[in-house]
Amino acid sequence: MSSRLRQYAPAVAVFIGVLVLWELAVRVLSIQQFLLPRPTAIAAAFAEHFEELVVVGRNTLVEAVGGLAIGAAAAFAVAFATARWATASRALLPFAIAANSVPIIAFAPIMNNWFGILNPLSKMMVVAVLVFFPIMINTLRGLTLVDQSSLELMRSYAASEREIFTKVRIPNALPYIFTALKVSATLSLIGAIVAEYFGGSQSVLGQFIITEAAFFRFANAWAAIIVASAVSIAFFGTILAVERVTIPWHASARHGDAT
Amino acid sequence: MSDAVVTIRGATKVFDVGADQTRALDGIDLDVGKGAFVSLIGPSGCGKSTLLRLIGDLTQPTAGQVQVNGKSAHQARIDRDYGIVFQSPVLFDWRTVEENVELPLEVGGVDKRKRAQRAQAMLALVELTGFEKRYPWQLSGGMQQRVAIARALSFEPAILLMDEPFGALDEMTRERLNLELLGIWRQTGTTIVFVTHSIPEAVFLSTKVVVMSARPGRIVDVIDVDLPQPRSDLTREDPRYFSFITRVRESLRGRVEGASLRAGS
Repeated sequence: MSSRLRQYAPAVAVFIGVLVLWELAVRVLSIQQFLLPRPTAIAAAFAEHFEELVVVGRNTLVEAVGGLAIGAAAAFAVAFATARWATASRALLPFAIAANSVPIIAFAPIMNNWFGILNPLSKMMVVAVLVFFPIMINTLRGLTLVDQSSLELMRSYAASEREIFTKVRIPNALPYIFTALKVSATLSLIGAIVAEYFGGSQSVLGQFIITEAAFFRFANAWAAIIVASAVSIAFFGTILAVERVTIPWHASARHGDAT
Repeated sequence: MSDAVVTIRGATKVFDVGADQTRALDGIDLDVGKGAFVSLIGPSGCGKSTLLRLIGDLTQPTAGQVQVNGKSAHQARIDRDYGIVFQSPVLFDWRTVEENVELPLEVGGVDKRKRAQRAQAMLALVELTGFEKRYPWQLSGGMQQRVAIARALSFEPAILLMDEPFGALDEMTRERLNLELLGIWRQTGTTIVFVTHSIPEAVFLSTKVVVMSARPGRIVDVIDVDLPQPRSDLTREDPRYFSFITRVRESLRGRVEGASLRAGS
């Protein structure tokens, strides 16, 4: 425990140091509150609006998680089909790659139109399209970048394509999938909040920030940004925890050295 | 040979490399008798690994025939007649040692209890009892290769194909595993085809050493090694052991020098 404390001590010291400097700088240089609120002012805003922040944070998290689930499901389907059938690869991959170069956030108003501006699904779809490509391409990489000898070994057991898939390709892809999911966790929150800027329910982080900023209540906006960061970190941490449990054999999760 | 497990007649393998054609194997005839330990030795590029892969139906001959247990190599693979060990252990990181050994049995549809029994017996054979629940990456290179051997033997294949299985190990480990492999060979009676580029290893292990030359890959000599069985550390001090080593070396060198003379003229 003490070694753990020592490990995190420098980061904690830097964090506290920055907060103190920030507070002092704003006070000494008399920076206007609407340019940069003091950390203590943000903390007060956070405490004052705590209940509302929890609600908007939760609503945005639901959009992010829902969008990630939809995007991941589609990505897995395409990646599996592509890895399994060469024809599917030729038919689907060009579209997936083309879709990746589209600035996806530009779709937000159209999603609002398709799924209803007040329906959280419109935000989820923006997130889904945003996370689709990184998950799909990483899953595909994991399914296809299999050691040639592993495949020959399975062939020597007269294993079917299906068995090669379930016993070799999928386990091989799991670390790639978790890497993509971790990246997408952060991405999904960005997507959800930016999509919220394009209108919809008021009870979400994006609209809360827009409204408070419009009324020059910047301390409140900053408090919402802190909530957004916390939600993002929690989402990432959850996926990390699932990864540790699911693939304890992978190098990133190994405990102890090889003998 | 009437009891031949492997019969190869006129096997030729040509690889297309761009516009060029490389004749990896040219007119190979070879018989491997039941229970034999046959080594394939030769310089890099002589096609010894390709020959092993032909027997295992991992690649197909351009011309000629490969028969295993009286059927085509392809049918033999479908019938799961082969156990294969590569130079790298090719163990799956997500499976414990025990689960790795059980993999071929799992694919073959053997029930869980029998699989566990078989894995236990095989791990005992390679002296890894007690390591069942470890993961491959927790073992040393030599131990990993022993797991690979246990896995190849787990479904009692008629023939064991080994492609430089000890090539990546240090000399001490290699010599110990050579002895262990001979013990396993005696106990199981499995026919073994073994690719190596170590002359002492080939002589020490084999009942027959097949010497090959490169470009095109051909068999230049077949040497019956009738050193007494069972072999042990004492075999390595037997004067006849050294004369066999010399014989294999001369076969290899004669071929290499002949080739360079021709190239120079």
